Parts: sequence; C-alpha cells; structure tokens
Amino acid sequence: MSQPTQGGNDPRLDRRAAMRTLLTGRGDLLLVTGLGSTTWDAAAVGDDDKNFYLWGAMGAAAMIGLGLAIARPERRVLVVTGDGEMLMGLGAFATIGVERPPNLALVVFDNGRYGETGMQASHTEAGVSLCGVARACGIEEVFDIADEAALDAFAAGLRGFDRTLFARILIHADDPPRVLPPRDGVFLKNRFRRALGDE
Amino acid sequence: MNEVEPPLPAADWPDDIFAALKAAEIRQIGYVPDAGHTRLIQLCRADPEIRAVGLTSEEEGIGLAAGAWLGGQRTALLMQSSGVGNCINMLSMTKSCRFPMTLLVTMRGEWGEFNPWQVPMGTKTQAALELMDVLVYRVERAEEAGETVIAALDIAFNGGLVTAVLLSQRLIGAKRWVK
Repeated sequence: MSQPTQGGNDPRLDRRAAMRTLLTGRGDLLLVTGLGSTTWDAAAVGDDDKNFYLWGAMGAAAMIGLGLAIARPERRVLVVTGDGEMLMGLGAFATIGVERPPNLALVVFDNGRYGETGMQASHTEAGVSLCGVARACGIEEVFDIADEAALDAFAAGLRGFDRTLFARILIHADDPPRVLPPRDGVFLKNRFRRALGDE
Repeated sequence: MNEVEPPLPAADWPDDIFAALKAAEIRQIGYVPDAGHTRLIQLCRADPEIRAVGLTSEEEGIGLAAGAWLGGQRTALLMQSSGVGNCINMLSMTKSCRFPMTLLVTMRGEWGEFNPWQVPMGTKTQAALELMDVLVYRVERAEEAGETVIAALDIAFNGGLVTAVLLSQRLIGAKRWVK
C-alpha cells in the first residue's frame, strides 16, 4: 500500500510512495527507468539487479522497454519514466501501439514539470494528454491514475497482465532528496543481463 | 514533380545481407521504410525468427536495440543516411553502456543525387558516426555487401560496440525523378 505523505488538499500522489507501491512484491518483474527523477525514485525503493536506469538518452526509456519485452516474452517488463522524458520520445507511443507486446507496461509519473532542470512546466501541464496519445496510438489498456486506490489496483495488476498497459500517474511536483543508483552503464548492463542468465 | 520508387536491384546484395543477419542470429530489426532497403525489409518481415519493428524515427531503433540486448537478443537497424543524424544523442548511450548493434545505412546525397537537401547529411554521415566512435565500413560494389556486413556484425557483437555499413548510392542506384 502506498503511504499518503502529502498534506493539505493536493490530490496528487507522492512519487516515492507511488514507485514503492508499483514495485512491492515485484517478483521477477524487469524495470527500466527514464533519465532523471524516476531513476532516483527506483533507487530510493532499493537497487536491484533487475533494474536498468537511464542516465542519459532522454526519450529512449519506452523503446528500451519494447526491445526488452520482445526479447523476453516470458517476463513482464515495466517502464517508469517522467512526462518530459516521454514527451521527447512521443513517437514510441505509435511504435508500441503497433507492436503491442502483451508483457510491456509503460508508466509515466506526470508532474507537469522538468524536474532535473528547474521544474519548468512541460506540455502536459499545458494540457497535452498522454493518456489521449496512448489511446489514439492503439494502446487499449490505458489508466489515468490520480488516487491511491487506483494506484493500488493498477500495481496489483502488474503481477499478471497480458496486454500492453499504459498508466499516467499524477504525482506531486516536488523534488525529494536524490538517491543515486550506480551510474556505470557497462556495469548496469552486464548486471541486468547476468540476472537474466545472459552473461 | 513525382518521385518514382526505383525498381528492385538486379544484384542480390540485399539477399547476401539478409544471409549475414541470419548467420549472426539477429532476432530484431528496427527500420524506417526506405526505397534502398525495400527488399531487405521484405525478407526480414517474412522471416518467422526475426521481429521487424517499424519505427517513426531512427533514434527509436537505438533504444529498441539496447533493450533487445538487455534481454539477450541481437538487433540490426536499417536506415537511410538522413536517419543517422536522428540517432546522434542516442549513441551516447551505446558508448556509455557498450551496447552492441549494427546500422545498415543506405546512402543519399552522393552519387547521382537529384535532391540537394539530401547532400548536407549524406556528405557528413560517415564523419558524424565516427565522431560518436561508431566503426564505419563502406560498400561500393554488390559483391562486397555480404562479407562486409558479416565483418561489421562480428566486431559489433564480439567487441561490444556499434558498427555501421554505408551502402553507397552508386550501389543502390540513384533515385529516379520525373517531371
């Protein structure tokens, strides 16, 4: 269960709690995180050999998830990235909408901000709907999540889905302390492949 | 002015490249539709062992290939020289992580090019790749295509690096234009 950490009437979810909810009881779920805050969020939950963190290549997270999901149809793949990172790779929605791997779940933590560069507004803050893009690109299972009950239900579904999922999770625009995972790309790559038995 | 797709090449170099991809156990192909790669794309799409993924932009292919390698599969990317420009920042990831992959690039902007807008990227394709430490091979004649792709795939996947094979416009045949 995610823990409420925001005071007042702000309905948005706490990003660290949301990541924890997504990964609790993850089993053999494979995780790819995008450049920036979602990588720190995953590290805050706990480093894991089955995590591949992006420290660059902004816009690539969803496509890495696609290549991984195609390569390992017996495993479930979760991509968690931010709205800014996803907006930079918007074409990936169209490509994933065509391929529709049944073992890929794509999640965007949407705070309407570019967290790494000073919290400038992103296009989602101006009204661009990533759920709308996902639906228009042919992704059939789309979740627009703004409360803990919906998040808990979605997280439970991550253990046994069999269609391409997209979820936009509305998160609070805060900047929690950074928790940095390893940043050596070769190490991360080899560790991940070893966890899958490929090294 | 209308663009007319060139006929399929008489030489069988796309079949030789396909044989090289099969021998190297390439399991994923990322491509953006391209006249020069028409036959190779058809061959890949028809092969049950290969997942051929159409991309909206070439840079998506670098991510696809990285993910495939994380999952234990080998990928080659098919693109036109203009698409190389779209990939440049993504090649920072392949260098940082030593992700292996091979780019098969049909050249524009050189031999017999009609469209001057193809020239700036076409004439800088090799230099741009080499600036990002991609190992570049070039094919001018049909009979070199298969062996060159074999060499490029070998060193990519044995050495943990990105290689590219530039298929010259003279080999492919300049695009024909009519009024």
